Amino acid sequence: MPGLEDLYREIILDHYRNPRNRGELPSPPARRAEGFNPLCGDEIVVYVDVADDTIADVKIGGQGCSISQSSASMMSAAILGKPVAEAREIIRAFKAMMSIHEHELDGDEVEPEPAPPPDVALGDLEALRGVVKFPVRIKCATLGWNTLEQAIDETA
Amino acid sequence: MTFDAGRIRADFPLLRRCINDRPLRYLDSANTSQKPQVVIDAMSRYYETTNANVHRGSYQLAVEATDALEGARATVARFIGAAGPHEVVFTKNATEALNLVANSWGRANLGPGDAVVLSEMEHHANIVPWHMLVAERGIELRWIPIDEGGQLDLSDLDRLLDGAKLVAVTAMSNVLGTITPITELSAAAHRAGAAVLVDASQLVPHCGIDVGAIGADLVAFTGHKMLGPMGIGVLWGRAEALEAMPPFLGGGEMILDVSKEGFTTNELPWKFEAGTPPVAEAVGLGAAVDYLEAIGMEQIRAHEVSLTAYALRTLTDRLGDVEIHGPTEPAARGGVLSFALRDVHPHDVAQVLDQDNVCVRAGHHCAKPLMRVLGVPATSRASLYLYNDETDVDALTEGLVGALELFAL
Repeated sequence: MPGLEDLYREIILDHYRNPRNRGELPSPPARRAEGFNPLCGDEIVVYVDVADDTIADVKIGGQGCSISQSSASMMSAAILGKPVAEAREIIRAFKAMMSIHEHELDGDEVEPEPAPPPDVALGDLEALRGVVKFPVRIKCATLGWNTLEQAIDETA
Repeated sequence: MTFDAGRIRADFPLLRRCINDRPLRYLDSANTSQKPQVVIDAMSRYYETTNANVHRGSYQLAVEATDALEGARATVARFIGAAGPHEVVFTKNATEALNLVANSWGRANLGPGDAVVLSEMEHHANIVPWHMLVAERGIELRWIPIDEGGQLDLSDLDRLLDGAKLVAVTAMSNVLGTITPITELSAAAHRAGAAVLVDASQLVPHCGIDVGAIGADLVAFTGHKMLGPMGIGVLWGRAEALEAMPPFLGGGEMILDVSKEGFTTNELPWKFEAGTPPVAEAVGLGAAVDYLEAIGMEQIRAHEVSLTAYALRTLTDRLGDVEIHGPTEPAARGGVLSFALRDVHPHDVAQVLDQDNVCVRAGHHCAKPLMRVLGVPATSRASLYLYNDETDVDALTEGLVGALELFAL
């Protein structure tokens, strides 16, 4: 059985206690999306300000467990100031880290990924890798990321 | 014979299970209860010796299967003080029983502007069916508020009841543990000309019920929270109330006659039981009732009041600023303890406790309107039953101390 230290890494707890880029942006002009996890009631609001195809600013609102909130906090730090295309690569790399394991946990053969995960260094986000050992928490970790994708896809 | 939770626990095979070489601490009985061996055996025996379809066969086996189903119905009827088995309708669960009332009684009696009075501490199962009638029929929902002590605030009851057609309330909150004054509420509702539906899903397993004494017209509860199997619930109705209600689901069993022109409905209670019923589940529920009665509902309630008092005291003493929602007086509540552990999120609380095999529920407990009233997104909830004892509460407390250390909040 995986231990709690696999899940609650120090950097995760740090982001939970001191979330980065917390707040709101006036929308419009910022793009805004809400994500809910109906199972546990976690909610994330993502605001992104896109200028010149770059994430000029990002803010995170909402409330939830340490995994959903710290994942969204680390996400905001990872994409701030990045070109949108690069942010999308980071999203894909992070979801690959989570979802490959999701397939394995289904007990079936691993489905071939539509494209190999991008070669992106995830840095601090690697700390969330332990979440895949706790299948029910994967949705907590990916909530902010799915919401970010929606926000980016919003027409400003 | 004195109450001995340890001896009772030995009757429940699942509670002997260890995970990672450590015992289970099952504190989620408000969600679903575990089953004693006698219930499991009764269901197996039914399939091994008696299984046939009911109310149809002319052969010996079919007669025995029918007797098993109707015997279980009689057992439940006696347990809840019904006037007879004809007042006990078997459903899939309490949710289906409540939906039955909304669809049958509701469609026959409610039109635009008619008011249904609920409370702020209802389970979604006693909210959403009425929301559906708001959308379909234009009815009005009114809400009995709760006070800071987690009790129903009845100070404005006369206004809420004025012109209301139905009062539909829980007898015990699945979040706060609050035992509501359903006898008083029933009397007030009837004086105002409203019918009364009680969601007794949390009350019946722990306190039993005397449907005649509380004065309600309809009472719903479920089998799986009272040591019975999943897949069987009960709608009790006063015979006149059930007689006046149109059928809900149509099909076999619920008819006396069918022609190309139409149908006539069967007698109570079969009028509301279309299709092949869950016979083994009914047999299991009957065995669960026999088991509860052999121990004694008063004994079970006394044990839970005492254990709840111990839990309230221990959690408060060891965890300082833990906030336990609901009544502080153990005799005014069931053994349902929803709490906030400073800023540690309920999901994280449940995750940490799982490491010690302490099973609690985290989330909104299918009571999101109540969560909004309490001003919390979710709670952690530990719930007690007859097989729990102080060692379970101690394991919970130790786990929570560990969670506070881990999160250092």
